[in-house]
Amino acid sequence: MSAQPPVLAVENLKKHFPIRRGVLRRIVGHVKAVDDVSFAIARGETLSLVGESGCGKTTTSRCILRAVTPTSGAIRFRSGEGRDVDVAALPRSELRPVRRQMQMIFQDPYSSLNPRMTIADIIGEPLLVNGIGNLAERRQRVAELLDVVQLPRAYLNRFPHAFSGGQRQRIGIARALALNPQLIVADEPVSALDVSVQAQIINLLLELQERLGLSYLFVAHDLSVVKHVSHRVAVMYVGRIVEVAPTATFFRNPRHPYTEALLSAVPVPDPRRRAQRIVLEGEVADPSNPPPGCAFHPRCRYADERCERVTPTLQPAAGGSLVACHRAAELNLVGVAAA
Amino acid sequence: MAEPILSVRGLETFFRPDEGIVRAVDGASFDLHPGQTLGIVGESGCGKSVTARSILRIVDRPGRVESGEILLRRADGQVVDIAKLDAKSALLRDIRGGEVGYVFQEPMSSLSAYHTIGNQLMEAIRLHRDVSKADARARAIELLRMVGIPRPEQRVDSYSFELSGGLRQRVMIALALAAEPRVLIADEPTTALDVTTQAQILDLIRRIQRERNLAVILITHDMGVIAEMADTVAVMYLGKVVETGPVDTIFHAPRHPYTQALLRSIPSVLATPLSRLATIAGSIPHPYARPPGCPFHPRCESFIAGTCDAGAPPVTGLAADHEVRCFLYDDAGTRRA
Repeated sequence: MSAQPPVLAVENLKKHFPIRRGVLRRIVGHVKAVDDVSFAIARGETLSLVGESGCGKTTTSRCILRAVTPTSGAIRFRSGEGRDVDVAALPRSELRPVRRQMQMIFQDPYSSLNPRMTIADIIGEPLLVNGIGNLAERRQRVAELLDVVQLPRAYLNRFPHAFSGGQRQRIGIARALALNPQLIVADEPVSALDVSVQAQIINLLLELQERLGLSYLFVAHDLSVVKHVSHRVAVMYVGRIVEVAPTATFFRNPRHPYTEALLSAVPVPDPRRRAQRIVLEGEVADPSNPPPGCAFHPRCRYADERCERVTPTLQPAAGGSLVACHRAAELNLVGVAAA
Repeated sequence: MAEPILSVRGLETFFRPDEGIVRAVDGASFDLHPGQTLGIVGESGCGKSVTARSILRIVDRPGRVESGEILLRRADGQVVDIAKLDAKSALLRDIRGGEVGYVFQEPMSSLSAYHTIGNQLMEAIRLHRDVSKADARARAIELLRMVGIPRPEQRVDSYSFELSGGLRQRVMIALALAAEPRVLIADEPTTALDVTTQAQILDLIRRIQRERNLAVILITHDMGVIAEMADTVAVMYLGKVVETGPVDTIFHAPRHPYTQALLRSIPSVLATPLSRLATIAGSIPHPYARPPGCPFHPRCESFIAGTCDAGAPPVTGLAADHEVRCFLYDDAGTRRA
């Protein structure tokens, strides 16, 4: 990345949810949803966070927005004016100006829009809440935002039920853009959409990034979508990042056995490429009681006795990857490549 | 090829709510052979699930099978038309589960939370086979083992909510296979699952299909799953089967503009990072506002004014096993200029 300071730098982020039992609600354990996660996102960059359900990717994104308060760690956010703030340590009362600059796009375009508000009110609400402009100026801004997401201005006074899933997702994107944010956290923004509409929204997100210099944290499980939208990809497994790499390297030369298994599980839309897949046995480890050593070792076909004892840390590997695997240097893992 | 085990001809399933009529399935035809997988693919509202549910006559009201034939060749060689059977007949109940098993999309809402999975399996077994409770329980454990559930002797007494999504879907498959049907319909069996679990379930379906020479209908919106699993493919759009053919033809020589556009627009792990996707203009019309003529014409790049919006396109055979429903191809199957 460039010498410019990153928009977002997450350092040693942890979020442990207590498990309470009994009449006294005593804490009997912790779910380590996010366990020592660090990454940075540059201006204009998309970092995708991928992994299976329960791996902590959504909790990580919610910590960044302070929708949940992290247990420990720092979330350094560089605002548009060049000020650095630690979102994790900020008192609640000071969150609003920071949140203006980081917005969220949700997965389900059906439940994330208030059915009783018009499109104009939905998109204009962030402006209203933050006391920006008068009524006429807000109207003007909302109309511009509709242009940006390529919806006709005539739709301003309609209600969400009149729109298709793709159009609703455009409305959600317009709302997220209303306050000129630096960073957009998109949690599975296209997974609820039909294939033909999904492509339109992916293209829109790419276009907006180029035009507005947005940074995206893209949370997704669909690696095909991730390949299209990301500059870099981070894989999480049971609360930890096990690999971060530039997109092309990530897909061509995975360094972590879990990444290799994930890539091999993706169905390729070509019947001539029915490859022999690596089918992972068993299930994702329980984050309240993760296995000792590397949490992936019980499912890993390359694991040796060191993996059962010592938790690996992220180390640089060739091609700009960071990988948390004891055997990364000796393994020659298979990625996906065009025929 | 041998006789198909299931042959659907001109199936029409309509919903008639008070607001009007929704032609959910509007003339679907296809054949299914033992040991083969037919993939039915399409976007939401295309009628793929209703087609599958029509085969078992389990379409929710106010929907009903209006016309067409659903010919099932039974184990004894007799052919019955499921579309003509009385909805409450014993024969239809025999066919459901006994001849045709069904795997539903949502394993959580399709399994009972009040009964152990063992009891649900035993019920399905004893509905179709005259066996004692003890034998049924042994068979239930055997089924759980077959679908790869660890420690089946203990799991047989657990409830569905105690299981993960992947295990629940395995239980669904065990349930569908309890009475040893010869046809398995799987409606989006992996949509709610992670990719690694999806790979496990697809592997399981393939393995069981091989072992039992099962005929499988796989309903999905995921072209990747189709490419991986299907032998033949039916592409649906707004209730119409727009193209059918062998899987290789559908992916490498698709003829219908919708199939072509759909294949171009899917993101692929083989794509160049940050590349734009080809898109299909507009969105899927509302079912009450179905366009006249070919339902795809408002979004079609090859739209012929005065033709595509005037009448329904006929089905044209391009090869023995490749059919397309589009005005672009004449009777001989050549593309018009």
